[in-house]
Amino acid sequence: MHSGDHDPESGGHDHGHHHHHGHNHDHSELDEMELRVRALESLLTEKGYIDPPALDALIETYEKQVGPRNGAAVVARAWNDPGFMKMLRDDATAAISSMNFVGRQGEHMVAVENTPGTHNMVVCTLCSCYPWPVLGLPPVWYKSPAYRSRAVIEPRSVLAEFGVTLPEGTAIKVWDSTAEVRYLVIPQRPAGTGGMSEEDLACLVTRDSMIGTGLALTPDEARAKGLLS
Amino acid sequence: MNGPQDLGGAHGFGPLPLEENEPLFHDDWERRVLALTLAMGASGSWNIDASRHARERTPPAEYLSSSYYRIWFEGLVRLIEETGLASTDEIASGRMTEPPKRVKRVLKEADVAAVLAKGGPADRSTETKAQFAVGDRVRARVMNPKGHTRLPRYVRGHTGTIERIHGCHVFPDSAAHGLGDDPQWLYGVVFDAGEVWGEARGGDTLHIDLWEPYLERL
Repeated sequence: MHSGDHDPESGGHDHGHHHHHGHNHDHSELDEMELRVRALESLLTEKGYIDPPALDALIETYEKQVGPRNGAAVVARAWNDPGFMKMLRDDATAAISSMNFVGRQGEHMVAVENTPGTHNMVVCTLCSCYPWPVLGLPPVWYKSPAYRSRAVIEPRSVLAEFGVTLPEGTAIKVWDSTAEVRYLVIPQRPAGTGGMSEEDLACLVTRDSMIGTGLALTPDEARAKGLLS
Repeated sequence: MNGPQDLGGAHGFGPLPLEENEPLFHDDWERRVLALTLAMGASGSWNIDASRHARERTPPAEYLSSSYYRIWFEGLVRLIEETGLASTDEIASGRMTEPPKRVKRVLKEADVAAVLAKGGPADRSTETKAQFAVGDRVRARVMNPKGHTRLPRYVRGHTGTIERIHGCHVFPDSAAHGLGDDPQWLYGVVFDAGEVWGEARGGDTLHIDLWEPYLERL
């Protein structure tokens, strides 16, 4: 372990549950990365380039505050409020920022709407671009070579791995996020949800349904998963 | 660059690494890499395009066998070395042996929320007129720059239709190399999947954001 004036663990975040690593499997990627990252953080702190409490605040933001529930609230409102849906179609950045979901990796938003004949799916073949303010940080599969390579050339086989089969004749639109524009899929509103509140509707909207690798849940599916009472 | 990052249409990567109830981070170092990357990004020592270019310069075999946070880490180390903020030896040892360089800003805890909320909009004002209009037929240029580009290989040489004008945006091919924002018109271009892949794909389409220098009129 390094020693230095600044202990990277002094920022108050919880490392406790990871301490079992490193004692059992030497030379693994985990041990190596843990050491290299700590050394870098220690060095950058000593150089005065970073402020460790700011690092904790960054982590806290994406662990606790920003995530797919934001996007679900956007979709539920779009389903419930035709005026908001129109705003989302016309200027998704403005519509989403009206709900206070703003900032890094959501500066330029476009909403793409699934319809009975069209299914949208989002990928970043060149890196890991993802709409952070509405979906949070991307899952590992989204950043994986398997997803990035296959989404554009065989979207149906990708969907099959998610258990999604589209009705015959559905056209798939794959959005490759090559620029700073970020895409949010508005899944189709499930049948039998006419009288539901916006809050309950949001429980039907999964992260994957907003990437386009899933569909919105039916109320029964959401109840079975314990997402809806 | 025709590097390991340009994955669209490649074969052989197998099934998706799906994980039930996947945690946001798989280990604590991933959290720290995220935060270090964002905090150093906020120091103003490089832009997002230079960051992406640093990651895609990870040697292909290493890139393809690394977790994404590891790719971020390798990219961050590369940027720190290349900008002279720290030496390779210092990074390895974790100890400062050379005085620090001046950075434009040190991100403080109190500013994190505001900095994240502000983000980094890429649109720029311009005097130039967009050369293409919605509905115009275009071809993605065949080009193989050794530097950074956001024109994926799988679409080069293929024909599409302008479906949206996003505005004038920072041009990554320039910005990644310290050549300034060099704003260029950015378009949403739709391609027929059947034309791109050379076999019938029903009505499937590919929608790719491409800057004007990537396109030629048909």
